[in-house]
This record gives sequence, C-alpha cells and structure tokens, in this order.
Amino acid sequence: MSLFDKFQPMIDMRAELAEIGVMPFGPVTEKLFSATEGIVNGKHVILAGTNNYLGLTFNPDCISAAQQAVAEQGTGTTGSRMANGTFSDHLLLEQELADFFGVNHAIVFSTGYAATMGMSATLAGPGDVILLDADSHASIYDGVMLSGAEVIRFRHNDPADLDKRLRRLGERAKEALVIVEGIYSMGGDQSPLAEIAAVKRKYGCYLMVDEAHSLGMIGENGRGVAESEGVEADVDFIIGTFSKSLGAIGGYCVSNHPELEAIRFTVRSYIFTASSSPAVIASSRAALRIIKQQPELRTRLWDNANQLYDGLKALGLKVGPQASPVVAVTIEDRAQAISWWTQLFDLGVYVNLVVPPASPSVHSLLRCSVSAAYSSEQVEKIISAFTTLVNTTPVNNAG
Amino acid sequence: MSDYQAHLSRIFEVLQPYVPEGEELNEQSELVADLGLSSIDVMEMIVEIEDFFDISIPLNILPDISTVGDLAKAIGNIN
Repeated sequence: MSLFDKFQPMIDMRAELAEIGVMPFGPVTEKLFSATEGIVNGKHVILAGTNNYLGLTFNPDCISAAQQAVAEQGTGTTGSRMANGTFSDHLLLEQELADFFGVNHAIVFSTGYAATMGMSATLAGPGDVILLDADSHASIYDGVMLSGAEVIRFRHNDPADLDKRLRRLGERAKEALVIVEGIYSMGGDQSPLAEIAAVKRKYGCYLMVDEAHSLGMIGENGRGVAESEGVEADVDFIIGTFSKSLGAIGGYCVSNHPELEAIRFTVRSYIFTASSSPAVIASSRAALRIIKQQPELRTRLWDNANQLYDGLKALGLKVGPQASPVVAVTIEDRAQAISWWTQLFDLGVYVNLVVPPASPSVHSLLRCSVSAAYSSEQVEKIISAFTTLVNTTPVNNAG
Repeated sequence: MSDYQAHLSRIFEVLQPYVPEGEELNEQSELVADLGLSSIDVMEMIVEIEDFFDISIPLNILPDISTVGDLAKAIGNIN
C-alpha cells in the first residue's frame, strides 16, 4: 500500500468537483468591502459563512487598537508564551477575560484550536475518563484522543445518555471530565446545559464547555450559554475563540480552579507555539470591551438570526430545532448540496458547504452564519437566493 | 452458550440490517471491508450494542476492532 493511497478519496472528490467546475473548499477572498460583503473567487457576494457574528472585523476601534499595537510593539512576538512571547498586553487580556467571566483565572492561546485541543488533551490523562458530546468539534476530538484518557461519546444533546454512561463508570464518575459545546458549530443547535449541569452535580464530575459559537452572542452579558442557562457556577472550565465574535484570532480558557495557573505550563499547544501578535491581542481587547459596552449588537444579531431562520423554515427547508446565529440547511443528497452551494454563490451568497465526514451525519449542510452587521435587506437577499433554488429544484430529502 | 458466543449472537442481530445482500455474516466478517459500514454506521451500531449490554465502549479501542469477532472479544473484556 502506497503512502498516498489513503488520500485517494480526497483526490477523487477534488477531481469530481473540478469536473463540474466547483471548488467550494478554500475559496479565495480577494477584496472585502465590509464585514458582510466582498469579492470571493471573482464574485461580489454577501458573506453568509464567515462566523463574523458581531461584524467586528471592520470595527474602527478594533482596527485602531491593532494599528497602534503594531506601531508600538512590532508585527510579532517571535516566541512562545513560556519563553519570550508574553507581553504585558497578553496578561491584560487574560485579566480582562477573567473579569468578564467573573472568574479568577484565564489563559490566552494563539488560536481557538490550540485552546480547545490543548485543554482537551491535558486536563484528563491516562487512567481518567472523558465523556464528550458526539457532535463535538474536531479540535475536541483531536485533543481527547491525544490525552491518553479513556474516551466515551454520549448521544448529542442527550443528558439522559450522559447520565447512563456516568452511572456505568461507578466510582470513577466523580473524577470524569464531561465536554460539551454551548452552541454546536455545524448544526447551530444549543446545548441543554442546565440539564447537563444537573447530571454533572449528581455525579460530582467536572464540566468543560466550549463557547466558541456563543461568546458575545447569548446571555445577559454575552458570556454564552452557561450564563443564559444560569449554570456558570457548575462549569469548571470555559474554552473558546477570538476568531468569531471578536473578529480576530486566538483562544482562551477561563476557570475558578487555581490549578489553571499550573496547568498552563503543561499544555503543549500553549508551550510549543508562538504567542499571538500584538495587533491580534489589541484588537481582541477592543472587541471584548465592545461586547461589554454594546449589548445592542446581540439584539441585532438575534433579529437577523430569527429573520433568516424563519425565512428558510418557511420555505420548507430542513433547518435546526431553534433559531441560532448558525442556521444550517440539511440537504440529504450530496450532489444536490454541491449544486445548491454553486447556485447560491452565483446568486451572490457565500455560505459554507459541509459534506460528510465533516458534517455530523451522513447528510450535507449548507451552513449560514449570521452577522449583527447585516441589514435586514441583506438577510432578505440570502432568503431570496434560497427561494430561487426552492422554486427551481425540489429538495431531495427523503426524511 | 459462552459469553463470547452470546455476544456474537447479539452482534449478529444488530448487524443484520447493515449486511449487504449476498454477504454472509460470521465472526471473521470485516465491519468496513466486508459489510461496507461507514464510520457513521459503525458509531450507530456501537451505540445499539452499548445499550443492549449496558456498557460504554471507549473510542480508544475502536481502531483495534475490525471484525465482528474483535467486537465480541472487546465486549467480553469490558464486562
């Protein structure tokens, strides 16, 4: 067997897409007009698949803070947090994150992947047990498989299944680590976190929640699903990213456990990578301030999310169980999903095409992520593009 | 009937709907190569088996399970 044989399915898929003139993976953004529109692959499109939930990538305060940081501190740190890569601003952002979440400790990572993968790989180790929601992000799967711990999946968003699996562990349950997400990245559905937290309390285990797609978007203060469900005290570790609602790049873990300060020096994705550049830290700090000071952004985001969700649902499309900043349309037939993605693009709407195995089931997704920066007319244009498709091609969903 | 045979028997029942026409199921049957199960099919099938035996099969051991017989042995080890 050749070294490259295992890549044949990907080679075949790329060839199949190239033959029909489609390349939905890795489209090139050539020019941006704003947080919501740009030129992608030569086409002027509405950006409906960029996770730019609060539209802060072009916020003047964020840009100005980044520019000033570059001028004063240079373009990069050229080192790891553990060596020469901790600047004063990294520590200030950690303190501001801890204050924002109302906890005592925070770690800033260079990417969201480094945060979720690193914490998932490090908190539990050989002899420990991790229970993770089946629809967890790839970064969590990657981390837990590196941990050396026993890894058990439970059914997606099913507290009863989690309960059953913790019961099966007997005495080991109280030291187990449960990992869930606040809002799931692909389907946009929300965790039943109050019920998950009740199961956590019943067994006395630990709970880590990935709020990558909920920071700044949900909860009275924008702290995520743990806040909106009133269970922040039950969550031992919150992890997340700066690359979505904060419009930058980076990741974090916050906790009240004092051990986090020692744990940071054992997380390999923290130790063995360069720290975030000064510009990234500065714009992330500015964005975090905006989340605190401008709750109206959340209102606009949810107005737009509700408008898009209701509009697509009214077309008879198979969307998630509730309105969410991620509105994913399930298309069972992969060829139709590819065709629809292409037609949406031609109609001036860029969404994410998600096909198995990246999708959480055997079906494909046309995944839209909503932005607070959309005008109502832009949301209507997205709905209108889907309407055109529904009117010309019946959805081939058997279920 | 030994535990192993009992586990095999139950696995045969769960797998039956997944068996392609003309394919005979036995303990040497490869879950992916012979039965053509996708990774999602394998996970669905594992959940059914977990519920029946009231066990959790760790993800860590799945790479070592390629045949029906491997799965029956793994269940025996967990029990």
